[in-house]
Amino acid sequence: MKPTPMQTIPLKQSRTLRIEILRHNPADPDSHPHLQVFEIEEAETMTLFIALTEIRQTQDASLQFDFVCRAGICGSCGMLINGRPGLACRTLTRELPDTIRLAPLPGFELIGDLSVNTGKWMRGMSERLETWVHRENIEAIDIDAVEQRMAPELAEQLYELERCIECGCCIAACGTAQMHEDFVGAAGLNQIARFRLDPRDTRSDADYYELVGDESGVFGCMTLLGCEDYCPKNLPLAVQLAFLRRKMARQGL
Amino acid sequence: MQGLSGLLLVLFVWAHMFFESSILLGKDAMLWVTHMFEGVHVFGEPYPQLVSAAALVVFLLLALHAGLALRRLPARAREYRAIHTHLRSIHHADTTVWYVQVVTGFALFFLASAHLIQVMLQPDAIGPYASSDRIWSGRFWILYALLLITVHVHAGAGFYRLVMKWGPLTAANAAALRRRTRTLAIFIVGFFLLLGGASLATYMKIGYEHRALVGERYVPGSHADLNGGE
Repeated sequence: MKPTPMQTIPLKQSRTLRIEILRHNPADPDSHPHLQVFEIEEAETMTLFIALTEIRQTQDASLQFDFVCRAGICGSCGMLINGRPGLACRTLTRELPDTIRLAPLPGFELIGDLSVNTGKWMRGMSERLETWVHRENIEAIDIDAVEQRMAPELAEQLYELERCIECGCCIAACGTAQMHEDFVGAAGLNQIARFRLDPRDTRSDADYYELVGDESGVFGCMTLLGCEDYCPKNLPLAVQLAFLRRKMARQGL
Repeated sequence: MQGLSGLLLVLFVWAHMFFESSILLGKDAMLWVTHMFEGVHVFGEPYPQLVSAAALVVFLLLALHAGLALRRLPARAREYRAIHTHLRSIHHADTTVWYVQVVTGFALFFLASAHLIQVMLQPDAIGPYASSDRIWSGRFWILYALLLITVHVHAGAGFYRLVMKWGPLTAANAAALRRRTRTLAIFIVGFFLLLGGASLATYMKIGYEHRALVGERYVPGSHADLNGGE
């Protein structure tokens, strides 16, 4: 039988991806870190999330990795992709070479394989920097009254910084944070910049200086700009860091 | 403070390049610049101590800058391992630039100190012949060639990083400012390497031609046979 025209159109050759995953289970005393290689057929518009899910379903059910939203909003799937931090769900395999090496984000407590406890780090940072609205005389606020209005431009600015999903990529991309465990990183300093903008927060620059005016805060930053270059949400981190540094330096004088 | 001391040193080094390259305009131009720093144009006679004093100020600034920079370096084995693992893994341009600054900075601690101590101890040994003799017959060109490359790479990277650190970044201009500053820094480094390289080659040439008369000082208008009738 003669092939129909449709059958003569050559199909795009799909690649076989070689995915090397750094595996280790710290809860198992017999486990030691090692690379395990998986091979899968690449599909159209395949993300690393899809690839990892397929590996777990068809090849190794013990593979640990975190996902919730698969849309770049929850911040769970940060990992090192060929040495660079990024979100697995937002990374298309077609943008990567045939061999893809995955490792857990450095700088965080390892739960197992690609799963790290970013939440613990973020919680510690949040408690240390007190990243919530501070308001004097809070008992006197009438919670039945209509909230004070905010200019749309200011609300936009706040929202821009609030977009941080605490995925930990900026910490993994930061040489300073990798060297100094107590450095609060771009995730922390971005939070300070966010609450500094917020008119509902009555803290002054002197208060913020107490929190980040030292080597573990804004003056510890060496401007390596890994945070700026690897933030999956494209937050304006270099801008915020330079701005906060100027404000805190003025406060310190 | 580290940034401020670095900025002052960068400005000094860049100005230094223009003064030392006066040799490209001829021996008389270089002699005029030498006389300027020895106070001849003010006091009527040379006071080389002024040069020593200036070198001392730069040396102290360098010591301060180096001392402050030391805080940034990995001090413990864990930190050292962490930053090297990170560098090998991420292949990130700006992190690598910082590392280049660490390496050149370490080299400069010795190279720049050697240069400054020489100037402090022999402030009168600067001049069209005196400098050239030191560079050629005294083999100081080895020191100066290494110093030229390391100091300009270090200063250019420092300039870029300072702008990114404190600069007037806004959300709208950040990417463009970064790109332009990077281009400008590369251009500046290239320019000073060419200018410094040409000056060093000129001093080497004069020193080579003057090798038989080491120690003799340049007097304007003399030795027309040696300096090609200038």
